[in-house]
Amino acid sequence: MSLLTTSSQTAGPYLRIGMARFAIEELAPPGVSGERITLTGRFTDGDGKPIDDAAVEIWQANAQGKYAHPEDGQDKPIDALFRGFGRSLTDAEGRYRFATIRPGRVPGPGGALQAPHIAVTVLSRGLLKHLFTRVYFADDPANAEDPVLRLVPVERRTTLIAARTGGAKGAFEWNIRLQGVDETVFFDV
Amino acid sequence: MSIVTGYRRPYFETQPAYLFPPYRSTVKRSPSRPLVVVPHTLTEVTGPVFGYEDVQPTDSDLTRQHDGEPLGERIVVSGRVLDENSRPVAHALIEMWQANAAGRYRHAVDDHDAPLDPNFSGAGRVLTDAEGRYKFMTIKPGAYPWRNHYNAWRPSHLHFSIFGIGVAQRLVTQMYFPGDPLLPYDPMVRSIPDERARQRLVSSFDWEATVPDFALAFRFDIVLRGRDATPMESTRS
Repeated sequence: MSLLTTSSQTAGPYLRIGMARFAIEELAPPGVSGERITLTGRFTDGDGKPIDDAAVEIWQANAQGKYAHPEDGQDKPIDALFRGFGRSLTDAEGRYRFATIRPGRVPGPGGALQAPHIAVTVLSRGLLKHLFTRVYFADDPANAEDPVLRLVPVERRTTLIAARTGGAKGAFEWNIRLQGVDETVFFDV
Repeated sequence: MSIVTGYRRPYFETQPAYLFPPYRSTVKRSPSRPLVVVPHTLTEVTGPVFGYEDVQPTDSDLTRQHDGEPLGERIVVSGRVLDENSRPVAHALIEMWQANAAGRYRHAVDDHDAPLDPNFSGAGRVLTDAEGRYKFMTIKPGAYPWRNHYNAWRPSHLHFSIFGIGVAQRLVTQMYFPGDPLLPYDPMVRSIPDERARQRLVSSFDWEATVPDFALAFRFDIVLRGRDATPMESTRS
């Protein structure tokens, strides 16, 4: 027996009603190991206007590069306090924010390690299907050999890399742009 | 350890395109460049794991979240979450939200001239059981106008957000009601190219699940992407 995947429909402008309960902007309570980072940025439309009715969801490994998931069979420690899931509902400026830890490296195709990255899903009014992308970290030498980043045309890779801000230690900024010259790369997963 | 079993792509024409101009908001909110096809790695086949501690029993009964009862027609909405290979998806978190019986959302930007209901928040959540089953008790939402085009009305619908086993299975959709005369006019529904796929978003009247003398019932089964038949080393053709 074979079924067909249910069609996607937009989350619409009122997603906050259903999604606020699991809005999780602080992923790593005290006791979770790893380098503390913040990740913030703005989500904007084709006119550069803020998208203030979106949900930005992230999924990441812990600092050792292990996902809190039964299918991650790596012999690495799980951090009991770290689920690895975050969701931020954008504000009037289209801004999302997360406080988390920098993920470790996880294996990719052929067993080669991927560069540290966070999987990102965005949902909003006007998106008939959610969008998938990833965020990497500036100045990480592993980016050059990352098997997924290498599938992206060189001139567009910077759209997937969070920049350190001049502010607090561990503060990264990464904007998500739906259209325009610096349109974020989205993935067909 | 790098061997993962990826997910099949959805069948052609069952999913909307990002750009569908009859739904006006897609014009400025759809990517203009082609998506980059990526292999499924450990990142994509894993995803957040939720448990029974994440949901309260009252979360799945939207008629019992306030002191009084909401106005409207009580309904049971239930079904199963399966994957394309007909396997139940156990312990999937479903988030559901909706308008009240008058077609009004409890949200700051909804200015539709219809009453709010102090006894209805319009949000629920549930975890599927070992067989992938879920059940909500709620009230039937009203239709409401939106400003997409002249005299545009959304058919009655429930919003569903589902977390499957991995992030590649994530699905957000809407459930409709059988016989709704607004369905053929709705750009959201019509963004789905395949007519049979559209019909699968329409719930069916579910006599067996009715609560005698109390509530009618509708059935809505949800299908998430299925695994490829054989494990592959994170490569896809």
